[in-house]
Amino acid sequence: MMTFTLWDIVRNLLLGGALTLLLSMVAFVLGGLAALALLFARIAKHRPPRGLAQIYIEIFQGTPLLLQLFTLFFGLSLLGLDVPAWLAAGVGLMLFSSAYLAEIWRGCVESVPRGQWEAGASLALTYREQMRHVILPQAMRMAIAPTVGFAVQVVKGTAVTSIIGFAELTKTGSMIANATYQPFLVYGLVAIGYFLLCYPLSWYAQRLERRLYATRTN
Amino acid sequence: MTYQFDFSFIYEYRAMLAHGIAYTVYLTLVGGTVGTLIGTVGAICRTWDIKPFAGLYQCYVELFRNTPFLVQLFLIFFGLPSLGIRMSEGQAAILAIILNVGAYSTEIIRAGLQATPKGQIEAAQSLAFTRWQIFFYVMLRPALRKVWPALSSQIVISMLGSAVCSQISAEELTFVANFIQSRNFRAFETYFLTTAIYFAMAFLIRQSLNLIGRYAIVRRPLP
Amino acid sequence: MPLVRTNRLHKHFGKNHVLKGINLEVEEGEVVAIVGRSGSGKSTLLRALNGLETIDDGTIEVDGTALVAEQGDLRALRQKVGMVFQQFNLFPHLSAGQNVMLAPQIVKDTSKEEAEVIARSTLARVGLEHKFDAFPDQLSGGQQQRVAIARALAMSPKVLLCDEITSALDPELVNEVLMVVRQLASEGMTLIMVTHEMRFAREVGNKLVFMYEGRIHESGDPQTMFANPATPEFANFISSLD
Ligand SMILES: Nc1ncnc2c1ncn2[C@@H]1O[C@H](COP(=O)(O)OP(=O)(O)OP(=O)(O)O)[C@@H](O)[C@H]1O
Ligand SMILES: [Mg+2]
Repeated sequence: MMTFTLWDIVRNLLLGGALTLLLSMVAFVLGGLAALALLFARIAKHRPPRGLAQIYIEIFQGTPLLLQLFTLFFGLSLLGLDVPAWLAAGVGLMLFSSAYLAEIWRGCVESVPRGQWEAGASLALTYREQMRHVILPQAMRMAIAPTVGFAVQVVKGTAVTSIIGFAELTKTGSMIANATYQPFLVYGLVAIGYFLLCYPLSWYAQRLERRLYATRTN
Repeated sequence: MTYQFDFSFIYEYRAMLAHGIAYTVYLTLVGGTVGTLIGTVGAICRTWDIKPFAGLYQCYVELFRNTPFLVQLFLIFFGLPSLGIRMSEGQAAILAIILNVGAYSTEIIRAGLQATPKGQIEAAQSLAFTRWQIFFYVMLRPALRKVWPALSSQIVISMLGSAVCSQISAEELTFVANFIQSRNFRAFETYFLTTAIYFAMAFLIRQSLNLIGRYAIVRRPLP
Repeated sequence: MPLVRTNRLHKHFGKNHVLKGINLEVEEGEVVAIVGRSGSGKSTLLRALNGLETIDDGTIEVDGTALVAEQGDLRALRQKVGMVFQQFNLFPHLSAGQNVMLAPQIVKDTSKEEAEVIARSTLARVGLEHKFDAFPDQLSGGQQQRVAIARALAMSPKVLLCDEITSALDPELVNEVLMVVRQLASEGMTLIMVTHEMRFAREVGNKLVFMYEGRIHESGDPQTMFANPATPEFANFISSLD
């Protein structure tokens, strides 16, 4: 039997952690871009795009991420595509993120008071111009804190991709735990790894929120 | 070559599916209720800075909110036995969910308590409410009313998250789905159907929580 | 030909028939004060004149640009009609100057330099040239409302609509805004204002419009109307004020 030193364990976990980080960033950035498209559909003037975007968002917010990954993974293989785990993980997490981000951002757009739209309209700005010059700048400011907050959910969401076999931090942890028979130590280290990734984001999101709140109330 | 979709397994496995659904509902109900109680206590400790619980709660909240549920589950189920704490799959699953809901609801309820206007407390004091009455009627009830939507969402999110309990073989819905697809080799249909069931459950749980919120927390006055 | 003319204007909110055939004519340079009870449709009328509410029937014509129910060129109409709101509605992410510069730049393709010149001079008209770089949350309510007036003026509208523009202000800030309006009136600006300041309506207005349950119930010269109310409803309305 192979023996693992603590350093062996940590080294392997760091590798898995790097993949977790990479997957999180890819899913967050691509998901954010998709969310932008989704957002504009969701707040469009016309009904069809609004309805479609709403259905998409409700499906992804109303079902477990794990099942989304399973369905995607096995659905694609039905189409004859042999998807590697990393691809299914990336695409799945991206779709998941896009739905949540679009909904968060829609909330921000809608919390801009109606009077702002009307002031823009009364100055003869078109809908697009009102959106671009009046609404979005204000909504973006409000969106920063919850968006950073959601990044934490994305990082945590990557753990679920271990179940479809993507060798990120949790999967690496499981393999080492099985090999070393030291589950408490290994999963403890894994948890610490996630905490180190997530806590700074949570902290920053809270600070942003408090600052925004402070400027709004005085 | 065309693939024929086949959902006929539903009938064959209906009892198992029902068991899985019931198990997931159980995890959600017990996790949501006990978790919310823990969260209420936590919110009280944090709001009044009751030492040393306020600090302990803060650590607990941050730890659970900044690590994945799956890892918490593994740590409880696989890790704790090496400290001599042994649990069944079901016990580990429900414990993990309770702790998770507890952590999130602590912060949610705390936000509600902190939003109590000072004037309301003073008004109640001037009406000679006792401390306990002030806390219950002026702070907690309005706070719960205010944060009920956020709390409901969190409970639904926990229900959806409970799917990963299948990984420690707790017999909830996803575990059942895994089992069925290993028998019938119809992975896509099985998972698709299971996803749809979760969707319906999320909808129903949200509606029920809305109803509870409307009638039990807001307390519509009788006509 | 009148500058503003509405013809049989109708508006419903669901079953609520809010405007029941409004015929209003406003000549160039006229200052019209609209008064009436809460819910009589004053705001709705004003908002319809600016295309903020769609109309169900009738026409609106401003300086030859017609707006027919459910269609028409809103952009052209709104360039001729400026609006000032009760709640100011300044853009909080822009400075006072930028608030004023925004629309000329976007809608009229004015260059930035030119827009700044316009903004400085309109801010000067409301006495706030020194607040060019201040943000809305650094200004008092009265100052914010004056910036909002400047913002509307920067588009050189033919007519300015004011909906209870002093109602959200602390009493001591009301006068500075009324002074600006008075100044505009004396410069020949066409004004249509909904107001609760009866004294002001009487002094500055050339025409008084009393709205009652979605109709123009009585209108004419303010002095005459106040002295001899023609309808019991208007008489009632005035006596309820003191
Ligand atoms: N967006 C809306 N949706 C539905 N009903 C509306 C809307 N806006 C106004 N109303 C209704 O139309 C009627 C006229 O409202 P309007 O705001 O024009 O009155 P007003 O004369 O300006 O009153 P106030 O003096 O209170 O400002 C009211 O009964 C009001 O409830
Ligand atoms: Mg009004």
